[in-house]
Amino acid sequence: MRREVPLFITLIVGVVFVLQYFIPHYPFNRMNGWFSDWFSIVAAFAIWLGALNLLKISFMKIINRKSDWFYALVIILSFGLMVTVGFAGGEAYREPGTVFSWLYDHVYTPLSATMFAILAFFVASASYRAFRARNLEASLLLGAAFFVMLGRVPIGDWLTSFLPEGYRLPQLATWIMNFPQTAGQRAIMIGIALGLVSTSLRIILGIERSHLGSE
Amino acid sequence: MDHFAVWIAAFLTMGIVSFLYKDNPWYKLSEAIFVGISAGYWFIALFWDSIYSKFWLGKEADPFLWVGVFLGVLMLLRLIPKIGWISRWPLAFIVGCTSGLYLINFLASNLMRQVQATIQPLFGPDFGASLYAAVGSIVIVVGTFSGLVYFFFSKEHKGAFGATAKLGIWFIMITFGASFGYTVMSRMSLLIGRIDFLLTDWLGLIR
Repeated sequence: MRREVPLFITLIVGVVFVLQYFIPHYPFNRMNGWFSDWFSIVAAFAIWLGALNLLKISFMKIINRKSDWFYALVIILSFGLMVTVGFAGGEAYREPGTVFSWLYDHVYTPLSATMFAILAFFVASASYRAFRARNLEASLLLGAAFFVMLGRVPIGDWLTSFLPEGYRLPQLATWIMNFPQTAGQRAIMIGIALGLVSTSLRIILGIERSHLGSE
Repeated sequence: MDHFAVWIAAFLTMGIVSFLYKDNPWYKLSEAIFVGISAGYWFIALFWDSIYSKFWLGKEADPFLWVGVFLGVLMLLRLIPKIGWISRWPLAFIVGCTSGLYLINFLASNLMRQVQATIQPLFGPDFGASLYAAVGSIVIVVGTFSGLVYFFFSKEHKGAFGATAKLGIWFIMITFGASFGYTVMSRMSLLIGRIDFLLTDWLGLIR
């Protein structure tokens, strides 16, 4: 029951998804529709599971008076506030003028944008380590990043303004992105596709079982 | 209300930025608010957009949809350790769906279409393509082929095979460098956006 049923479910669902591509007719198209709907419902429950788990851990932190328990309380209160105004707002919860949309615009958006923005500083320190031209490979990495960054800002155009049109830094950056970058990206994408196809086959056939965990 | 909103946003923005100095209570408070608000946001968004729209949005719900709800409830059993193993069933369903979908989609789009896009005529029937485009096409064919050779680990990278793999790693390094540069630019643009907000909307130093 603990291993056989999940393996059977994976096999059936995986095979139906593959078959419906080649035979897009009844009953496979119908089953594909159901499975897609169920997928989005289960995915919603999975996100809820994550949120409820976060609440559970936060409550445990407060009850056991662990260090930083106050921030666990803040998490619970913020979550509670967002959920309350979200349910209270009804179907139009996201419309401009609702409390939910106000919280989204003035709390969620600034926080998420700043969270990603400060990564610029960490990226800068990572660049210092990665971009030391120790060998040819590292120099190519450095050169490509340098020309792409410089080619995307006005100073790049200004620095090479004495060159004829078409040979300036912005055009070089575009050339790097369009050709050598595309070639490398394509090799990586084809490699990923081959790996994904073989891994998917292994999962569907039950050879790969690590996602089920131990007994 | 607008002033209050700007002050709240500025307070939280500065709280996150303060982490650059060191981990501190202001950052921890802003981070806790971010975690709670984003968890709440997704909780609500998925309820209205995924569950409500399927079951209550003025149409007769397909009774088979309840199977999805049943699987979803089984997923929540993970919170109860004694019967948590039942959550493997919906997990197996998700893994099966993803595997079946990826097997076909990646085969069709990432493999077949990419190969097709790589193998293109250098010039059109009327030799209409420019030299620039023709050279670019050669670079793409050579780069893709040598990059794939580099990823082939079943044969030792020696001789002509090794030289091709070496060329492949050069192309891959250029790809990583260009992607890195692009990522840096996007993070910088986000940072500029936040600084612009602080200087313009909050402090009013830029008008």
